[in-house]
This record gives sequence, C-alpha cells and structure tokens, in this order.
Amino acid sequence: MNFSIYDFTSFNQWIDKFLFDNLPAFWAIVVEMTIIGLVVLLFYALVGLFLVYAERKVCAFMQNRVGPNRVGPYGFFQTIADLFKLLMKELVYIKNADRLLFNIAPFIVIIASFMAIAAIPFAKGLHAIDFDIGILYVIAVSSLGVVGILLAGWSSNNKYSLIGAMRSGAQIVSYELSVGLSLITIIILAGTMQFSAIVEGQANGWFIFKGHIPAFIAFIVFLISSTAETNRGPFDLAEAESELTAGFHTEYSGIKFAFFFLAEYMNMFIVASIAATVFWGGWMPFHVGGWAGFNHIMDFIPPLVWYFGKTFFIIWIMMWIKWTFPRLRIDQLLTLEWKYLLPINLVNILIMAFIVLMGWHF
Amino acid sequence: MTPNQLMFAIFSAVIIIFSILTVTSRRILRAATFLLFVLVATGGMYFLLRFNFLAAIQLTLYAGGIVVLIIFSILLTSHIGEKLEKPGLKKIIPAFVAAGVGAVVTISTILQHNFPVEVISGSERTDIRLIAKSLISVEKFGYALPFEVISILLLAAMVGAIILAKKRKD
Repeated sequence: MNFSIYDFTSFNQWIDKFLFDNLPAFWAIVVEMTIIGLVVLLFYALVGLFLVYAERKVCAFMQNRVGPNRVGPYGFFQTIADLFKLLMKELVYIKNADRLLFNIAPFIVIIASFMAIAAIPFAKGLHAIDFDIGILYVIAVSSLGVVGILLAGWSSNNKYSLIGAMRSGAQIVSYELSVGLSLITIIILAGTMQFSAIVEGQANGWFIFKGHIPAFIAFIVFLISSTAETNRGPFDLAEAESELTAGFHTEYSGIKFAFFFLAEYMNMFIVASIAATVFWGGWMPFHVGGWAGFNHIMDFIPPLVWYFGKTFFIIWIMMWIKWTFPRLRIDQLLTLEWKYLLPINLVNILIMAFIVLMGWHF
Repeated sequence: MTPNQLMFAIFSAVIIIFSILTVTSRRILRAATFLLFVLVATGGMYFLLRFNFLAAIQLTLYAGGIVVLIIFSILLTSHIGEKLEKPGLKKIIPAFVAAGVGAVVTISTILQHNFPVEVISGSERTDIRLIAKSLISVEKFGYALPFEVISILLLAAMVGAIILAKKRKD
C-alpha cells in the first residue's frame, strides 16, 4: 500500500476493498455512506468555524482594529466559545408563528449547501461524487436554499422577516441567472460539465488564462453575482441591520440562528471553491503549457495546498469586497443584474463560442 | 434487499406521504412546502435511475423555480393566520370518486403493460453530449423545432408579462 498526498485514489480503493472484504455488500455501502457523511459534516463545521473567525479578523484588519484577541492565541478559539454560547441559548418559541415551517426552514437552507459540497473535488480522488453533470448539479441544489429563506421569513410572522425574505428571493432568483451563464462560458471552453474533467483540462494552464478576455470577464461576473447569491455585502440588503434588524432570521435564536449563520459562510465557501475549480484549476498546480521543468517543480506542492490556497484567496477577495463597498438599494441591485451583467454575459458567451470555434484559445 | 431497493422504498414513501399531505393541508404555504418535498424526492428517483441530467433539471426547474414562484406569490397574497375552509361533504365525495377512478385506471394500465426488462450496467450513463446534440439536431429524433417553438412561446409570454406589469403613461 503506498499512500500519497498527491493522489487519494489508492487510499479510497483500499478503504473500499477493506470494507467489502469484511462486510456484506449492503452493510459495506451503508458504512461507506456513513463515513462520507461524517467526514463532510466534520469538514462543514470546522470550515464554518474557521470562516467566522477569518471574517472577524479580516473585517478588523480592514477597519484598522485588532479583532478577537482574548480567547486563545490571536483569539483563535473565539468562535468555539461563541458556538458553545449559541448551543446553550434558549430556543425562543414564537406565538402566532407557523411552527412547523419555522422549524423546517433552517434545515432546508443547511441541507442545500450540504448537498453542494458533495460534488466539489478537493484533490485527485478526494471527491465524494463525480457527476457527469457536476456544475449543473451544484447550480440545481444551491437553488433550493432560497426556499428555506422564504419560508423562514414568512413563518416568523414578523414584518422585518417578510421584507427580508422578499428581497432575498428577488435577489437570488435574478442573480442565479448570471451565475449559471458565467459558468456556461467556461463549460463551452472546457467542453464538459464534469468537475474532474474540468480540473484535468487545466493541466496545461488554468482556464482563466486559456480563455483570454472572455474567461476573465466571466470570472468577474461570477464573483459579483455569486456574492449577491450568497446574500453577502454589499448585496446583504436581505438582512440589512440598519433597516430590517436582521432580515429573515430576526426571530431565530440559539442553534437555529447558528444554522443560518453557518449556511451563509458555507455557501461562501462553496461558491469560492467553484470559482477556484472552474477558473483557477481547483487542485491543479500552476502549470504553463510547454514548460515541463517549471510544471514539475509546481507538482511538488500538494494539491490540497493549492486547492485551499486558491479557495481562501477568493474568500478573502469576497470579504474585502464586503467590508469596503456600501450596501446597494434594491433597485440598484436589480438594475445591475438585468441591465448590465445579463447583457454582458450573453455577449461574452457568443465571443467565447467564437474563440473556441476558431481555435484561438491555448 | 439491495441498497437501491431501500432507497426506492424511501423515495416512494416520501412521494406518497407528502403528495397526500399536499392536497389535504389547509394551510397553503405548508401545502407548497410539501409539494417541494415531493418534487425533490422525484429528483432523487431520477438520480437512482442514473438519469442525472433529468434529475438536475427536475431540481432546478421544479424545486428551485416553480416552487419558489408559488411560495413567492403566496407571500404576496396570503396572511399567516389564514386557513382554507373545511370542504363540505358535497365536495369530498365527488373528489374521492374522481381520485379513485383515476387511481384504478392508472394502476390497472401499469399492471397490464408488459415492461421489457433491460439490465443496464452500473457504470453506463446517459451521455450528456447526446442530449445536447439531439436538442439542436434537425434530423430524425431531433428536437430543434420543438425547442424553437417553445422559445417563441416563452418570448411571447415574457412580452405579455412586461406589458401587463408596465404602468400606463396616460
């Protein structure tokens, strides 16, 4: 058995073989599914906690403050302390609310982001499920999250929640279009929707370099529209504190509020990792076509380092955007999408199709 | 029992239970939510059949599109305390008769039909390129004409919606 941090395929096959040798086929599959579920759940919680800490530190840095610095070195255990506080808080029961929908809503939001993680490739072989329609699948399941937000806003029986949910619904439904179209630009270039094939296709250069200007425009559009789709600033008018208290999750307390909070950060992680995978090559090291020696040196850096480096860099850009731009009004938000991003996107797809047909890409 | 049969049983149970709840719930938003579960479970059924493309389309269009549209219109029109009236016996009996006749006709047709059994190996999947090519093909089994007709229909619907929504100048 030779395991390496460069290719996890043999490791997975070893676990698979071990389970099927020692258990009946039915139980082996059940155990495998449980293991993957637990690993994804643990990953979800850890990354969520880390992102909350990172957000507070980056925000403090942007605003010339120190940020959390009391609990642990550099305040590193602050979010864990916050988690325990949230776990111990009372779950407030609201009179005159639709209790069933009120309780279901956070789970719909969190399950939608949980399902999307399964399709993301972290390294070679480290991939829960490799659909042939990978990108379409991620777009499909992430569109379920908005249902949870709408239900949360309505079932709280609170005017702030309802207004927040309506805003959020209008925003997500319109920006989903731009996210999809900017990804289609790259699908044209890659010729496939399968995540593993997209990553392999970038072995001689990332798509953002291979696709010339259209790929770059698609990346910018994706960054803007995915920031809007995850309800983050400057598009966070669904939960605008100064006017709506907290928007759709005003009435939520304790761990249910934490679910919304965690789902928001994980959605940010998911869109950042899709951006990293589709535009920047995912776990593929920085390769330049034809420079064999250079590529070989780059291969020594493990794929997980590349993957998390790129993803967290994009997350850092998104945080930077959040803490530097003022919040948009709803009419500005819809104008940006329907009058600017959508036409740019459509023209961009045409240009990309032309470039691919003429064979002008690398 | 194989894992596939188990998943089939789970999905079928979800579909049956939540379809009944959808039509019997007297709170309209709850009915919409139960409808969402039915549609998601149907998508799961397609994944089970390894028809990934149809499953993803089911999730995007029905669960992410139509249900969101329904919920959106409910948010705009109804209040949280609202409950639909309990239907009288005059409505319940014809509804049951109609549903029963429909069920008998459908089930008897399915039971009489002899479905050809075809074993497809686990790795075989519908090629996504085949779907894309047949969508734009003008030859036999090509869908270019229906595709264009539907686009014109959608365009007409959109123009109509814009005209209805636009405020008159006068």
